[in-house]
Amino acid sequence: MHYAIDDTIVALSTPEGTGAIAVIRLSGKEAIAISNRVFKGKDLTRQPSHTLHYGSIRDGEKVLDEVVVSLFVAPHSFTGEDVVEISCHGSPFIVRQIIQLLLKHGARLATAGEFTKRAFMHGRFDLAQAEAVADLIASDSEISHKTALNQMRGGFSQEIKDLRAQLVHFASMIELELDFVEEDVEFASRDDLRRLVEDILRVVNALINSFALGNVIKNGVPTVIAGKPNAGKSTLLNALLNEEKAIVSDIPGTTRDFIEDEILLGGISFRFIDTAGLRETTDKVEAIGVERTYAKMKQASLIIFLFDLTEETITSIQKDINVLENLGIPFIRVGNKIDQAQPDLLKALESIPDIVYISAEKRENLEGLKDKIMALVDLNKFSTSGTIVTNVRHYDSLVKTKEALEDVLKGLDSGITQDFLAQDIRHALHYLGEITGEITTEDLLGNIFSKFCIGK
Amino acid sequence: MIYPQYDIVVVGAGHAGNEAAAAAATMGSSTLLITMDMNKIGQMSCNPAMGGVAKGQIVREIDALGGLSGIVSDKSMIQFRMLNKSKGPAMWSPRTQNDRMRFSEEWRLALEKIPNLDFMQDMVTEVLVEKEKVVGVKTSIGIEIKAKAVVLTNGTFLNGIIHIGEKKMGGGRSGERSSKGLTEQLVGLGFQSGRMKTGTPPRIDGRSLDYSKMEEQPGDEIPGKFSFTDTKPLAYQRSCHITYTNNTVHEILESGFDRSPMFNGRIQGRGPRYCPSIEDKINRFAERDRHQIFVEPEGWNTIEVYVNGFSTSLPEDVQYKAIRHIPGFEKAKLFRPGYAIEYDYFPPTQLQLTLETKLINNLFFAGQINGTTGYEEAACQGLIAGINAHCKVYSKEPFILKRSAAYIGVLIDDLVNKGTEEPYRMFTSRAEFRLLLRQDNADLRLTEMGHQLGMISDHRLEKVFDKKNAIDKIIGDLKQIKVDPEEVNTGLGEMSTATIKEKIAIHKLLKRPEIDVTTLRRLDKKVDEYLRQFDDEILEQVEINIKYETYLAKEKLQADKIEGMENYKIPAHFDYAQIKALSAEAREKLKKIKPQTIGQASRISGVSPADISIIMIYLGK
Repeated sequence: MHYAIDDTIVALSTPEGTGAIAVIRLSGKEAIAISNRVFKGKDLTRQPSHTLHYGSIRDGEKVLDEVVVSLFVAPHSFTGEDVVEISCHGSPFIVRQIIQLLLKHGARLATAGEFTKRAFMHGRFDLAQAEAVADLIASDSEISHKTALNQMRGGFSQEIKDLRAQLVHFASMIELELDFVEEDVEFASRDDLRRLVEDILRVVNALINSFALGNVIKNGVPTVIAGKPNAGKSTLLNALLNEEKAIVSDIPGTTRDFIEDEILLGGISFRFIDTAGLRETTDKVEAIGVERTYAKMKQASLIIFLFDLTEETITSIQKDINVLENLGIPFIRVGNKIDQAQPDLLKALESIPDIVYISAEKRENLEGLKDKIMALVDLNKFSTSGTIVTNVRHYDSLVKTKEALEDVLKGLDSGITQDFLAQDIRHALHYLGEITGEITTEDLLGNIFSKFCIGK
Repeated sequence: MIYPQYDIVVVGAGHAGNEAAAAAATMGSSTLLITMDMNKIGQMSCNPAMGGVAKGQIVREIDALGGLSGIVSDKSMIQFRMLNKSKGPAMWSPRTQNDRMRFSEEWRLALEKIPNLDFMQDMVTEVLVEKEKVVGVKTSIGIEIKAKAVVLTNGTFLNGIIHIGEKKMGGGRSGERSSKGLTEQLVGLGFQSGRMKTGTPPRIDGRSLDYSKMEEQPGDEIPGKFSFTDTKPLAYQRSCHITYTNNTVHEILESGFDRSPMFNGRIQGRGPRYCPSIEDKINRFAERDRHQIFVEPEGWNTIEVYVNGFSTSLPEDVQYKAIRHIPGFEKAKLFRPGYAIEYDYFPPTQLQLTLETKLINNLFFAGQINGTTGYEEAACQGLIAGINAHCKVYSKEPFILKRSAAYIGVLIDDLVNKGTEEPYRMFTSRAEFRLLLRQDNADLRLTEMGHQLGMISDHRLEKVFDKKNAIDKIIGDLKQIKVDPEEVNTGLGEMSTATIKEKIAIHKLLKRPEIDVTTLRRLDKKVDEYLRQFDDEILEQVEINIKYETYLAKEKLQADKIEGMENYKIPAHFDYAQIKALSAEAREKLKKIKPQTIGQASRISGVSPADISIIMIYLGK
């Protein structure tokens, strides 16, 4: 139930994107208890209202971030419920990891305007404000309907539909035995039922694994920035990452280690691999670096080929392009330092198609580069299941579907009767229904009546 | 005036009308039951059986609330079976075969015993309405009877048309008149009406059948019963028989398809998918070369039998020819052919959860008039309508059962919020909390409510309290009483279930699927001595509650969550038109259905979670 009001909701309350600090807000009965479960520091459940606490957010032993937690005990809070605000570092990656952890511990992702709605319901607003919230909810729901298909990239929608059809079939096989025991129809064997659940579970698992915050963030789209030393690869990476991760200097060849980092573009994670430069070298350390660069490049799914418009010649650029074309990996030609480019070179480059001109240092035309990256990425290529789940809510529903299906298998193992199996199947259907829209018992009955001859 | 003013007039004396009249009168309303034929009170129009999967649960619920269907069924049963015994307890479903004539007689005797209840034989042609409130009824011979509330339970009689092949005649049941005028008047008042269709098989002379060619289906070895009162289980039972159609039967039936009102478009009404006619089965499931036929005796002594599974409206000559090719039916004699019947119904979205119409105050609808099918579905609506008519007249709180409280609650909630396109029958799958809505605990769930309504005696309530206390005590004890490995391991080994290493509480052993109360008693003398002092009915509850603890707890949790939503009341005149943020579809549906709670609103198709959030905001909690 999206509209239940006794559960605990969570959302990022600062703007999406990278800022210095992000604030994640929880509201509801369990807000403090849930926070306390992932917070290492003082026992939050024993602290007074309106206090700040320093500590860390942990997923088991793993420290996700160091944070400051603010406590607001009901009714003295924005929503009138217990509210916890977690201030963490502003990386989208960290924020998502923390939110995901909180979801795992029992919070639910807030819907648009839900904090405000709760505030209103606890008498914190007047009607005019309420109307504004109502409009917000309505428009969010409309937009989410319209964008549902877009969010369900790469056949997600079809896969969920197939999955649901299979589950409805499974459920109706069970219901058939329950409601129509007196009928002259053959019932499915337990082995068939188990196989069906296992098949469905496999698909659910594949979808879960494809989730952008899970697999795709963990593994990302492997992307290599290739180019001559000092072409500005680290500067570009930093510009994209907007933080100083790689070591940047004016001395060519400073970057000897592969520094990996990820950025999210349009919901897809790109794992950027900064490499040593593309050059022939006599320096032994450098030589190993260059070799490794080629090895890494071969594993990439996308290469950003960066060349320096102030120093290179058309011949050397063309030579590198030829090498890259032989690798057979999609690549983007990017001319850097456009602000100081040699006019002759620019003219000569007109013979090469599809070049994106940027200035990494001046942050010029980074958007153009991002667009180009997005255009080149066909999501289907990078997903194991051919489908990528990118929406947190979908992910949440899939995980719950999975848990319910695992309960079905456990039930089959212990030999319980169909009525109890049906309970877990219904839960699974309910959660899938959260993605696809309403599910009613009419689906089950309709399926039974169309497939079996029922009735005296 | 011959007739005094009544508190409540009930129109129709079928399963719905009888329960309505009995409930209203029992609660203290002066009540008049009007039927077109006093000899047809409590008629079983279809097969002579009560209960079955999901329906048996309803009969038990009616009984626990103080309704009479369970008692009448027990007194007239000729066979008892507990269906679905191999499944979990929520699926166990009692069913009886009944003596059709005795069923009717027992209903009449039961009704005659109720003070405050009068009878009248006539046809009601009009409801009297003043200022959007019903004030009485008018009959075919022009008598006007004043009443404070009216319950309509017209069954299949409103403009009933019977079809047999190409023949078509007006009628409410075979050989009985249909009821005219009422639909037209109600439509004139602003009600929407529709047409539905159902059918019934031919009736056969049992003396002409060869039962040796059929499978016998006897009753349970230890027969149970419906009622929680002291009705008696059967000492002797009659069997049903099973036989099958075959390709020859199908071919003969097909030869009459061109004269079938089902296929040539003469029947417009929608029939139930789960109770198809034999021609429908052959048509839709052409790959099947046989269909099951249940041969059900109509009573203890009568030779008439009911051919369940052979419902048809094909021409009588085709029926006759085809049926004689069913094994055992070679020499079958027909008393009368099967037929299809079309009748008016009123889409139930026009009702409140009390079954009072939204349009006319104090007017209630119950039974097939609401688009349902089945005796049990009709009876429970009658009960609820009767109770609420009384509550309305005496200005008491309305009585509404939640979906998590009873199948009856599920049924009425479905009708009012979703409506129905085909005759609505109850299935266990319609109840999201069916693990909680078991036939075995109907008394524990509902007796207290029945008592508060004045439908249940103090004595009956005390018995239920004693039962509840005993169950709690035993469950507590079984967590304390431990068994010794030396004592029980031999027995456990023999059952090839895991032995125990140290002393463990009995309730842990009872959680194992292969161990029930009976095996426990066999395993350990001490346990046997302890358990021996309690009734089987109580021990059954203990076992169910311990064995399925986690599943029941999970379902209870879900039910409680939903219940929260049911407690958010929406004011009766809440203006949906003012909320622009609602989707157009939701606004229309909400205006029409006028849900009483947020929970109810959330179950209306077309009302999204976003819409619900918006309403909640406007309600401001």
